[in-house]
Amino acid sequence: MAKKDVIEVEGKVTEPLPNAMFRVELDSGHEVLAHISGKLRLNFIRILPGDRVRVELSPYDLSRGRITYRLRT
Amino acid sequence: MAITIKSAREIEIMRRSGAILSEVEGRLLNAVQPGVSTDDLDRMARELIEKHGAKPSFLGHQGFPKSICASVDNEVVHGIPNKVPLERGQIVSIDVGVLLDGYHTDSAFTVGVGPVSDEVEDLIEAANAALLEGIQVARAGNRVGDISAAIQVFVEDLNYGIVRDLTGHGVGRQLWEDPAIPNYGEAGTGPLLRAGMTIAIEPMITLGDPETFVYPDGWTIATVDGAPAAHSEHTVLVTDGDPEILTKSGATVV
Repeated sequence: MAKKDVIEVEGKVTEPLPNAMFRVELDSGHEVLAHISGKLRLNFIRILPGDRVRVELSPYDLSRGRITYRLRT
Repeated sequence: MAITIKSAREIEIMRRSGAILSEVEGRLLNAVQPGVSTDDLDRMARELIEKHGAKPSFLGHQGFPKSICASVDNEVVHGIPNKVPLERGQIVSIDVGVLLDGYHTDSAFTVGVGPVSDEVEDLIEAANAALLEGIQVARAGNRVGDISAAIQVFVEDLNYGIVRDLTGHGVGRQLWEDPAIPNYGEAGTGPLLRAGMTIAIEPMITLGDPETFVYPDGWTIATVDGAPAAHSEHTVLVTDGDPEILTKSGATVV
């Protein structure tokens, strides 16, 4: 049985990039490149600069992440 | 949690646990047929494991409701067995854990339900081969990253996707122990492998994009694009020489 291995953090979208990628400034102050998780893509949830989002990071590459949730503001 | 080194006595128990698991998997492999449901397989596994005086590791693990994981087609791992009959041409990944005398072993395989397309057959074979690539370098003195890199290079050369949201793991007194064994990474990095470590190595690969999502059941992990996924896993004992596969009775890889 495989082990789920992600770190969940929150941050703010600062800039949309091509290919459904976004620059996200984490609450920790770090900046990561994040793409949208499949679930959000399936549900056509729009992400705009300024949105607060939940991001999953792989502990093995902390510079890239995946946006899993758009937090209501 | 620190990485544990197993004593000779502990390893002996894990060998026995793995031998039961290996027998169960053999039975399940033969039982996968059109018309059989994953619930049927679950029941069969549980009865056989309990007959040996052992327990299914997954039952109740963090609330998992069944004894095995059965993941069909684009489901990658952690599928919950159900009453739906398997259909010809599907593939199913079956993951089993055995708890014997306080020690877990963990193993998985993927198999076609009747004949499947060449493309999917190749995918399943690649998952098995990727697992062996990883096992071959699971030797004392190497690092976890050597296993990760061996799997990644092999899988990406074949242009399959590598699922990154889940990893292999140490296994023993707990089903999930340190270290995490990702299926991607840099050779020469990560924790040092030492003789007596027992680890579950488990590449999960896809025919398409490796992006996954979780079903509303909170467990099943599936590919977003719907492409089939294959999963192969063994519990391996790291030694100073050839690694020993504990979930395949008495097997070593050279």
